[in-house]
Amino acid sequence: MFDVEKIRKDFPILERKIWDDKPLVYLDNAATTQKPKAVIESLVNYYENYNANIHRGVHKLAEEATSVYELVRDKVKNLVSCKDNSEVIFTRNTTESINLLAHSLGESLNEGDEILLTEMEHHSNIIPWYLLRNRKKINIRFVPITDQYELDYEKLEKLVTKKTKIISVTHKSNVLGVINDIGRISTGTSGCRPLLIVDAAQSVPHMKINFADLGCDFLVFSSHKMCGPTGVGVLVGKKESLEKIPPFLGGGEMVRKVTFDNFTSNDVPWKFEAGTPNIADVIAFGTAIEYLEKIGLENIHKYEIELTKYALEKLSGFNFLKIYNSRGVGIITFSNPVVHPHDIATIVDQEGVAVRAGHHCAQPLMSRLGVLATTRASFYFYNTKKEIDIFIDALQKAFDYFEVGACKELKQERVDLVSVQKKDK
Amino acid sequence: MQTKTMPQLNELYREIILEHYRKPCGREPLDKVDYHAEGTNPLCGDEVKIGLQIKNNKIEKVYTEGHGCSISIASGSILADILRGKTLEEAKKISEYLKCTMQWKNNNFCDDVGDLRALEGVKKFPVRIKCALLPWTTFEEALMGHDRIEIS
Repeated sequence: MFDVEKIRKDFPILERKIWDDKPLVYLDNAATTQKPKAVIESLVNYYENYNANIHRGVHKLAEEATSVYELVRDKVKNLVSCKDNSEVIFTRNTTESINLLAHSLGESLNEGDEILLTEMEHHSNIIPWYLLRNRKKINIRFVPITDQYELDYEKLEKLVTKKTKIISVTHKSNVLGVINDIGRISTGTSGCRPLLIVDAAQSVPHMKINFADLGCDFLVFSSHKMCGPTGVGVLVGKKESLEKIPPFLGGGEMVRKVTFDNFTSNDVPWKFEAGTPNIADVIAFGTAIEYLEKIGLENIHKYEIELTKYALEKLSGFNFLKIYNSRGVGIITFSNPVVHPHDIATIVDQEGVAVRAGHHCAQPLMSRLGVLATTRASFYFYNTKKEIDIFIDALQKAFDYFEVGACKELKQERVDLVSVQKKDK
Repeated sequence: MQTKTMPQLNELYREIILEHYRKPCGREPLDKVDYHAEGTNPLCGDEVKIGLQIKNNKIEKVYTEGHGCSISIASGSILADILRGKTLEEAKKISEYLKCTMQWKNNNFCDDVGDLRALEGVKKFPVRIKCALLPWTTFEEALMGHDRIEIS
């Protein structure tokens, strides 16, 4: 497949030690990934050799910066197989891409229209719609998940009516790791023709995506979760859809003509890129895409399936754990009644292991699962089985520390959040 | 289990802390509540409720309840334990003591802090300081709010 040890040498940070002598075991990749040397060098190269503002300048540096920046659109186009590079818009992050859509698509919504989300959405795919609901009198509905932590497709199809104008759904849950069947959603709901938005922040970095095959109208993701720098997000949309909707932010670059009365918008994609964009980071993001394609996204996906299987097997040794993963890939989230996720994260951190503890920006999902917080380990292609062993040993230390088993009397009373959530609907 | 291989951790999770976590004080609901507040840590979802019953200018009973990590639960339990019998002024001083401790500031102005000293190790774990302070900031909110809410 590929040589993990060789790949690890591309990432300077993987050399570092935590607490003087522990090698870093970075298992928080769903939050952000580490950067290969090539990406870091690409940033430095831009600033050292051709730093200039793009599109407006006539000089050599401006021309070089513009052409490299615009070339990244091609790279994104090839990465997700959309039709044209004008269908690729750069934003700050996935969150901004969704806010852009909520704002610009929201303009044409009317009172009583419905937006369909799912119970497994990240806050970034909930709050922009709540903000829109505050402006327009629309309704938001949530598609439930099954007890196997998967999307309930039958319920989804029943929830779609003529009133449903937008379905916005995650491609891969940042908590459950489950990959949703977007094709099934797009074909199953085509009768009512709602617009379909796919939050691909957790999928594009880990598997080969084909925009046309997914059958969605918009696809959003972030550079920093796929070896690229922070501060760059992507919105891919069908050209005809992007042309129809109004701009999000106003300013330079997004206009064709401005008078004392009014303005006319620029063409897509620039219509949605107001102001000086994040030139350096977009350029380095292009290097990240090249890097990932060299390794091969199919290879990455296969390797992560293997890592996940290995980790789940090892975790099954802790029979008191509740693991919220039945078919998820690359992300394993769990809880237990005794040791709080924060305490687990602190203790494993002492062993150099970085995991996430908390609600993972998915509080509604946490309430559906009946917990306030969980622990999450998330992998990328540079992780190894040896690192998973270190993680498991560190977890064992955490459970020993809290004498799991010896303090069975500790039962945290809590309101049954699952039933509260159901009552809301 | 205290282990020699994790000295930093032993300082964070002193046995007293773990005992408070396992058997927290102040879980008895109050029949009458003079001050009440609910606090959450939006970063991690930890929740705490504090209720106080006052008699003759002193805190007669304290109710705490919460969902969270060992540090926040233990801190709430210690709060319930040591604020009983204190005047509001004394209680505020103890709260100030903990805040100063977490900021590595002089905390010599307060002697009678009971098990609270056990939380000193938390200051070496900056991301966990909020956990230790949550019940105390909630307590201060309760004093400011003057809420009279019946907890049944």
